[in-house]
Amino acid sequence: MNWFTKTFSSTIGRKIIMSITGLFLCSFLVVHLVGNLTLFYQDGGEAFNIYSHFMANNPVIRTMEIVLVLGFLFHIYDAIVLTRRNKAARPVGYNNSRPEENSTWSSRNMGLLGTIILVFLLVHLWNFFVPARFGELEGVPDKDYLNLYSEVVLAFKNPIYVALYVISMVALAYHLIHGFQSAFQSLGLNHKKYTPFIQKFGYAFSVIICLGFALIPLYFFFFV
Amino acid sequence: MDLTLKVWRQKNRESAGAMVTYPVKGISPDMSFLEMLDVLNEDLLRNGQDPIAFDHDCREGICGMCSLYINGRPHGPERGTTTCQLHMRHFNDGDTITIEPWRAAAFPVHKDLVVDRSALDRIQQAGGYVSVNTGGVPDANAIPIPKTIADKAFDAATCIQCGACVAACKNASAMLFLSAKVSQLAMLPQGKVEAKTRVENMLAQHDVEGFGACSNTGACAAECPVGISLENIAILNREYLSAKATSEHVA
Repeated sequence: MNWFTKTFSSTIGRKIIMSITGLFLCSFLVVHLVGNLTLFYQDGGEAFNIYSHFMANNPVIRTMEIVLVLGFLFHIYDAIVLTRRNKAARPVGYNNSRPEENSTWSSRNMGLLGTIILVFLLVHLWNFFVPARFGELEGVPDKDYLNLYSEVVLAFKNPIYVALYVISMVALAYHLIHGFQSAFQSLGLNHKKYTPFIQKFGYAFSVIICLGFALIPLYFFFFV
Repeated sequence: MDLTLKVWRQKNRESAGAMVTYPVKGISPDMSFLEMLDVLNEDLLRNGQDPIAFDHDCREGICGMCSLYINGRPHGPERGTTTCQLHMRHFNDGDTITIEPWRAAAFPVHKDLVVDRSALDRIQQAGGYVSVNTGGVPDANAIPIPKTIADKAFDAATCIQCGACVAACKNASAMLFLSAKVSQLAMLPQGKVEAKTRVENMLAQHDVEGFGACSNTGACAAECPVGISLENIAILNREYLSAKATSEHVA
């Protein structure tokens, strides 16, 4: 291995990858949620369909889509490698351990929370991305875009999907509450002046983003 | 006080161990936890049994020799104490107390509650020093160091290498220990000379020893008997990243 691969396969190097990809994925969440707000526009889905048409065809978005997939892959790959290493670091566990006295539940269960989010992600892609990208959608009469909105309405009439989406957003919120501020610590960005703000901001960010996403299936289930 | 102890007994490195239950009677609340174990060991010796092996040295909370995972936490339930400074008044009559050794792949159990912590020594040897070539002793005040930096370096230098951070960490990571050793020297002018090689070599040794990575749970700092802060881990990460980016070691 050369110095570069050595750096990023060390315990700190992998955490740096985790933090950079994690923060990048946070930025994706913002874009995704802002776009999804068009679903609340009372126009029979026109704004949302135009938005999704743009997302599916704009060359910049299509390029960033590849970066996004790479972000997910690196985040997941390093999480698996780190988890295996961390488990191997304590082959014999304690008979009596009280970690709740010294750390938060979410900080100790990032792998579990991440797995829930991954399962959700696959279901979510299957619900919307696959039909939108691989052409199983109907067109909108007299328009040059497809009707993804009707797919959304249909999916969120299913209580199982609604429950899955809401539970997954709770998992994502806990994942972010630890992950957001943890990313800054991993990057060495810890300072008396800024760390308290980063921690508060991260908490608010996690709750607001996940609440925003969770409202969408609930809105469609109960009000549309 | 009468107590029930559940203690990890293990004959040697090779053999398997198990939790063994011992009743202890007539413990004074003023005894330290180690003195309570001394009482039990004298009983065991009188009955011709093998006493429980545990590490201890100064019994003043300074040396970092005592360990013990007590009731699910390193050095027991009190914050900022070593086991020798943990007194029996923090327990209640009739309590059941579990006592286990530090658990980490890098800390093999020698016997009972004694673990081999020399992995931490090897990390230290990989760079936790300042090279001083021969010459006259420099005047102590000739090197200007801001008070805030001197204080931070001193706080990091209080690490007694007990290994509670490793024991507390869900990943058995030694990052808090390593970060204290790295940042203590990296902040001072004398340590800056070798800062890059130090952090590169010490982290490499940390990883070779089989310690886990940091998940930023903060368990280590919460359990540290001398209060080493998480800020040191951030300093370590910065030092490592900048050393890797700018040092001339390409291997």
